[in-house]
Amino acid sequence: MSSSQTTPGAVERSATPAHARGDDYLRHSRGVLSWIFTLDHKRIGVLYLVSILSAFFLGGVFAVLVRTELIGPGKTIVEPDTYNQFFTLHGAVMIFLFIIPGIPAALGNFTLPLMLGAKDVAFPRLNLLSWWLWITGAVLSVASILIGAIDTGWTFYTPYSTTTAQKGVLPIVMGVFILGFSSIFTGLNFIVTVHKLRPKGMTWFRMPLFLWAIYSTAVIQVLATPVLGITVALLAAERLMGIGIFDAGLGGDPVLFQHFFWFYSHPAVYIMILPAMGVISEVIAVFSRKHIFGYRFIAMSSVAIAILSFLVWGHHMFTSMSPLANTLFSALTFSVSIPSAIKVFNWLATLYKGTIQLRTPMLYALAFIFLFTIGGLTGLFLGMLAVDVHLHDTYFVVAHFHYVMFGGTVMAFLAGLHYWWPKMTGKLYSELAGRWGFWLVFVGFNVTFFIQFIMGSRGMPRRYYDYLPEFTIYHQISSIGSYVTAIGFFVVAGCLARSLARGVPAPANPWGANSLEWWTPSPPPHDNFAETPEADDPYDYANWTFDPGVGGYVRPPARPA
Amino acid sequence: MISSGGTMWLPQRGSTFAADVDFSWDLVFWISTFFFALITFLLVWFVLRYRERPGYVAAPAASHNTSLEVFWSVLPTLIVVGLFWNGYRTYLDMATPPAGAYEVQVTGQKWNWLFAYPNGYVDGQLHVPEDTPVRLVMTSQDVIHAFFVPAFRVKRDVMPGRYSQVWFEAIAPGTYDVFCAEYCGTSHSTMLTKVIVHERADFDRWLAEASDFLSRMPPAEAGALLYTQRGCKQCHSIDGASGIGPTFRGVYGHDQALAGGASARVDENYIRESILAPLTKVALGYEPVMPAYQGRLRDEEIAAIIEYIKTLEGTP
Repeated sequence: MSSSQTTPGAVERSATPAHARGDDYLRHSRGVLSWIFTLDHKRIGVLYLVSILSAFFLGGVFAVLVRTELIGPGKTIVEPDTYNQFFTLHGAVMIFLFIIPGIPAALGNFTLPLMLGAKDVAFPRLNLLSWWLWITGAVLSVASILIGAIDTGWTFYTPYSTTTAQKGVLPIVMGVFILGFSSIFTGLNFIVTVHKLRPKGMTWFRMPLFLWAIYSTAVIQVLATPVLGITVALLAAERLMGIGIFDAGLGGDPVLFQHFFWFYSHPAVYIMILPAMGVISEVIAVFSRKHIFGYRFIAMSSVAIAILSFLVWGHHMFTSMSPLANTLFSALTFSVSIPSAIKVFNWLATLYKGTIQLRTPMLYALAFIFLFTIGGLTGLFLGMLAVDVHLHDTYFVVAHFHYVMFGGTVMAFLAGLHYWWPKMTGKLYSELAGRWGFWLVFVGFNVTFFIQFIMGSRGMPRRYYDYLPEFTIYHQISSIGSYVTAIGFFVVAGCLARSLARGVPAPANPWGANSLEWWTPSPPPHDNFAETPEADDPYDYANWTFDPGVGGYVRPPARPA
Repeated sequence: MISSGGTMWLPQRGSTFAADVDFSWDLVFWISTFFFALITFLLVWFVLRYRERPGYVAAPAASHNTSLEVFWSVLPTLIVVGLFWNGYRTYLDMATPPAGAYEVQVTGQKWNWLFAYPNGYVDGQLHVPEDTPVRLVMTSQDVIHAFFVPAFRVKRDVMPGRYSQVWFEAIAPGTYDVFCAEYCGTSHSTMLTKVIVHERADFDRWLAEASDFLSRMPPAEAGALLYTQRGCKQCHSIDGASGIGPTFRGVYGHDQALAGGASARVDENYIRESILAPLTKVALGYEPVMPAYQGRLRDEEIAAIIEYIKTLEGTP
C-alpha cells in the first residue's frame, strides 16, 4: 500500500499538519496483537465492523436457507426440525450479533470521538472489553449450533424453551447474557463520552444528530439490557434447577416470560432503529447540501422515542393479555409513531430546495425514507387491536419488521458504511459499483418482503415449515427476491473490497460535510486531531467548496484548524 | 392472485365481526395509502426537482418552521387517536362473549386440536351451528399454541395452566381453516384442522350421530375414527412410514426395542400403557414427546384403538 503519497494538496490543506502523514491509525502499529488489544476507538470500530459483518453473513446464509426451504410446500431441502433451527438461528444471529451492535458499536465507535473532536471515548479499556465480551458471547452462541442447535425461535418462549430437550439452550442464553454486557458497557461509555468530551463550541444543540441518536440509544442500552440478562438468567435457572418461574407445570407463568422478554426486546427495536435514524439525518443533509430541517424536533424526537420505547412492549402480546392491558398498550403503542413521523417529515423538508446529490449513501438514505415509511405505516395496522388480532403471528408481522429492520436499519447501516468508508479506510469506492449494489439490494428486498404483507393478511402464519397450496406463489416470489438480495450484497461487498485494494486515496472531506470527523485526514491519524478543533454548526456546508485538484471539499484556512 | 375467496388482501368473511375488522382494516389501509403516496410523491418530486445538475442553483430555504412542525405533529396525533378508538371498539366486541353462548372446550397439544362438546363427545374438528354465538374455552397440554381462524378474524393464545377464550358467530355454513399461530415445535405447521359450520337444525343431528359412534360401529372402525379425531394420526402413520412416533402398521404382536436397551412385546397392555402413560416405555429412536391421555380417553375408546391397530397388519 502506497497511499500515504496522496495528492499533495490534500493533506496540506486539511486540518492536520504533514508530520501526521505517516501516522494514520491503520499503520500506527502492526501485527494481530496490536489490533485485538488496541485501545484506539477507530480500530475497535473496525474490529466490530469485521465481527458484525461476519455475523451478518452467517445470518444471511440462514435466511437464504429458510427461503429455499419455503420454495414449495412440504419438504424442499431439509426436515422440519432443521428448518426450525434455521429460522431460529437467522433471527438470533441477526438480532443479537448483527443489528443491535451494528450501527452503534461499529460505526458509532469509529465516528463518535471523531465527531466530538476527541482523542478517544471516555473509557478506552472498557471499550475493548465490550468487544471481547461480544466475541465471547458470539462464540458461545455459535458454539450452541455445534452442541445442538436450538429451534425455539429467537424469542426463547417458555415453556417450549424449558421443557423440550434442546442441548443448545443453555449456551445460547449464556451467550446472550454476555452480549448484553457488551451492549451495556458500550452504552455507558457513549453516555459518558457525550457528556464529558464535547469540544469547545459544541453545545447540546450543536451536536450532530447522529450523536443525539447514539446518545438516546445508549440510554436504552443501559436501562433495558439488564432486564434481558435477568430474564435469560431466570430461564437458565428454571432449566437447570427446575425452579418454577415460567413453567406452568412448576407453578410458574409462561406469560411472565413474555413480559420480561419484551420489556427488553421492544426497547431493543429502538436500539436498532434510532442510530439508523441518526445516520439518515447526517446523510440527507450532507447530500442535499443544505442545513438539516427542524434540528431540535429531530433531536427531541430521538429522546421521545427512547422514553416511549419502554411503554409499548405489551403490543407483542395482544393475543395473550387481558382486554384492559391490551387497550392500554394499544394506546401507548400509537404514541411512539408520532416522533417517527416527525422525523420523516423533517427529512423531506430538508430535501426541499436543496441541491440533491445522488451518491451511493444518499440512495440508501432515500430508500430508507421510502421503506421506513412502509414499515412505520404497517405498524399502525398492528397497533389497532381488532386488526392486530387477525394479523398477529402472520407473515404480515414478518414483513412489517423486516421493512423496519432491513428496509430501515440495514439500509441506514449501508448508507453510513458507504458514507464513512473513505474516512475509515482512506479509500474511495467505485460509485458505479456502489449504485449497482444498491439497486439490487433495494429491488430484491421489496420483491422478498412486500408480497409477505399480502400473504400474511390472507392468513399465512409465520414460522411454518409447510403451508397450504394456495400460498405457494407468494412464497416463490419471496424466495426469488431473497436470491436477488443476496446477489446485491455480494456486489456491495465486492465494491467495498475492491476499493481496499485499488481504490483512489480519499481526501479528508469527500462529501463536503461539516461535522468534525471530516476535519481530519482520511484515514485519521492515531490521535485523531493534531489540535483539538472547535465546533460550529455541523450542518453549515457553505464554507466548503469542491476542489477538483484534491478530489474533495476544502475550506478556506481562516477556520479553526 | 388467489381464488379462495375474499379480497386481494383479506380472506373470505365467515363470522359476524369479520366485517367490523375489515372496516378497521380499510380505515387504516386507506389512511396509510394516502400518507405513503404523499411521502413517496414528495420524495421523488424533490429529488427530481432539486437534483444537482449543470446550471441549477438552489434557492435559499428556511431550516426550521415551528408552525409547520406543530402541524405535522398534531395531525398524526389526531389520526392515531382515531385509529386507536376504532380498533378498540371492535376489539371490545371481540373480547366480550355474549351470555348464553354455546361452549366448546378446546385442548391444544403437540400437534393437534381436540374439541369437547357439552355432552362429553370429543372431536378433532370444530363443528358449530351457524348464527349462534360460540365460546371456546381453551387450554394447552404442553407448550403455548394459538387458535387462529382467518375467516373469522379470531386468534387467541392457548396456554398451559390457564384458560383463555375466544368467541365468534359464524354467518354461513361451510368449512374454514384453523391454524396454530404460536410456534410449538416440529409439526407446528401441520397443527391444522377445520371449523365446520352446520345449518342450525343439522348441528344437533350431527352431534347426536357423532357422539354415538362407539355403539354404532364395530370397535376397529370406531378405532379408525378415533385415530384421526384424537390426534394419533399427527405422529403415527398407518403405512409403515416412520413419523414423530413409530408407525402403527404391523406393530401388534411384534417386539419393540425401547430407549434404554430393553424391549417389549406390543400387546393390548403395552398399547394401553403407551396411550395413558406414554413416557413409561419410549420406543428406541424416538423423542419422548407424546402427551399422556390419562383421563382423556375412556376404556371403550382405548379398546377400539387397540382393535384398530390389530387390523393394521404388515411389517413395522
